Formats: sequence, structure tokens, C-alpha cells
Amino acid sequence: MPVLSRTASFAAGARDTLPMIVGAAPFGLIFGALVASTPLALWHGQLMSLTVFAGSSQFIAAGLFATGVGYAVLWATTLIVNLRHMLYAANLLPHVKHLNLRWRAVLGFLLTDETFAVTSSYFHRHPDDPMGHWYFLGSALSMYLNWQLWTLAGLLFGAAFPRLQTLGLDFAMVATFIAIIVPQMARAPWAIATIVAGASAFLCRGMPYKLGLLVAVALGIAAGMLALHAKRRDGARPDSGGANNDRRNSAQDPSGMRSQEAPKGGAQ
Amino acid sequence: MNYVVAILGMAGVTFAVKAGIFVLGDRVRFPEWLREALSFVPVTVLTAIIVPMTLAPHGDGLELTWRNPQLVAALVAIAVCAATRHQLLTIGAGLAVIFAWQLGVLA
Repeated sequence: MPVLSRTASFAAGARDTLPMIVGAAPFGLIFGALVASTPLALWHGQLMSLTVFAGSSQFIAAGLFATGVGYAVLWATTLIVNLRHMLYAANLLPHVKHLNLRWRAVLGFLLTDETFAVTSSYFHRHPDDPMGHWYFLGSALSMYLNWQLWTLAGLLFGAAFPRLQTLGLDFAMVATFIAIIVPQMARAPWAIATIVAGASAFLCRGMPYKLGLLVAVALGIAAGMLALHAKRRDGARPDSGGANNDRRNSAQDPSGMRSQEAPKGGAQ
Repeated sequence: MNYVVAILGMAGVTFAVKAGIFVLGDRVRFPEWLREALSFVPVTVLTAIIVPMTLAPHGDGLELTWRNPQLVAALVAIAVCAATRHQLLTIGAGLAVIFAWQLGVLA
């Protein structure tokens, strides 16, 4: 594939993020609307979207503000809920570490679940693209602007339609995540990791500060790793179909949908 | 509580988490097992976020019933995604079902 220009890479990143942007829009709208039901002023809601830019922690914070919360619990909760971004960053690091500090800080600030999904899939397909950071920026900046816009819309209309969130618009996030998860379950270790994480998250849902989320992720990863290595040992036997399955699955791009598979070997 | 301090503190924590590894750059090395483990992060995190929301939308008990619109819509979204692998179609079908369920079936 020929190397794209900066602008073309930026535009491709923004374009490939469009389904995520559509999925995040109602989420931003609901966050804005939700702020109206907390002691925060409306501009506090916009300030949070502008400076924090991490949807799930913003929702949880809005809930905490409504119940009255101390700084320590608020910030610890933010840390825990956002810890997954560290893992995303570690995953993408091989593709950004050659950039200058300002680029790395900006891309880090703008990193989200959605941009990770789109960008890691892109780097998996184009591990050596010298314009990959423009693709990343295009994806991240379009998410950022979209989030600001829908937060603002939600803030403005939140007072007028206070029951907005009860209509089920927040389900858009669940549906978006399902669309990311299901295609990855085609491979057994990822399916096992998903099922274990889901069951653990349900069983640990009562844990304070959303700690159950981290426990579920740890258990899911452990189960997935066990399955992956058991499968590899299995695949080493000549009479087993395991190796063939591996090859077939990796060769097949799930119908053009962005999967957020880690750029394993190509990520050196 | 000063809300601006609270929000900027959240922003600082989030920036450290998101950009820390990018900023440290080459000083961080990730062994192969860690790369493998990281490949399981997206599915496990996203699943861990949505499963409790879907199965126990009111935060307490399991709601395995047709009167739980989150569950019904999630099952439809999973089926649509498994059949079509189409993202926007999955989101659209899920939203259509949850609205229909709340405004039609349960109303």
C-alpha cells in the first residue's frame, strides 16, 4: 500500500472512527443531560469533557457528585476506571515511541476505548506506516470534537428533557461494545476470556469503587492466557487441527469490521 | 467541595494514566507474555462494563426476565452482530429494540 499524505491519513483515521462517533454521540448527550441532575454548574460538565475526556469515569463522577463525595474517593475511582487506558497505551507504544514528546502527550491525552479499537486494528494491518500517527490523531481528534459537541448539546437540552437518560439512549454504549466484542469471540481463547470476565464482573458487581471491574479483567485475562497456551501446545501436535485453525482465523479479516486485536508480532 | 479542583484532579489522574506510558516511551519494555495478556484487555474490559449493566440494570439482583429491556436488547444486538458483523446495524437494532420494548411492550 502506498504511503498516504498527512491529510489523507488524518482523514482516514477520522473516517474509520465514524461508527464509534455515532455510537458515542448519545453517550455524550446523556452525560451532558446527567450533569443537570447534579450540583455541578453546566459549565463544569463541559470542563470535565474538555479536560478529563474519559466517558465512563465522567458518568461515574457525575453519579458521585450527586451523592456527595470527597476528593480522594473521586480521584481513586477515576484512576481505577481509567486504568485500562494504560494497557491500551502499552499496546500502541511501539507505534508512537519515535514521536516527539508533544505528539506523545497529545495522543496520550486523546486516547479512548474507541480510538484504541480503530487505531490498533489499523496498526495491525499497517505496522510500518510512517504516517500512522496522523491516522491516530484523525481518529482521536474526531472523537474529541464529537464528545465536546454532544456534551454541549446534552447540557443545553438536559434541563428541557430531564428524563432523556431513562428512555434507553444509554444502551447505545452497550450495543457499541457488543459490536466490538462479538467478532473477537470467534477465537476460542478470546471467547473464554470474555465469558470469564463477564461472569466475574457480574459476581463482583457489589465491590466498592468499581473494583469488581478490575478483578473481572484480571480473571478474564488469566483464563484467556491459559486457553491460548493450552491451544498452542495442542497445535504443536501434528494430528491436531489447532494450528490450522489459528492460521485460518488470523488470515480472515472479520468482514472488514475493525477488531481491536493487539498487534502482536508486528508490534516490535 | 470545590468542583473545579475536583474536575482538574480527575483530569490530572486521567492524563497520567493515559499518557504516562507514551511519555516514558523507550524506557518501558514489554515482554511477549505481557503483549499476549494485553490482547485480552479490550474484550475483557468492555464485557466487564456491560454485563452487570445488562443482567442487573438496577444494581441489585439478577433480572433474567423478558421485562428487562437491557437484556432483551443486548441479546438482539449480539444476534445481529454475530449474523452480520455490522457495527452500525448492531447499534441500530439494539436501540430500536430498547425503545420498542419500553414504549411498546412494557408501556
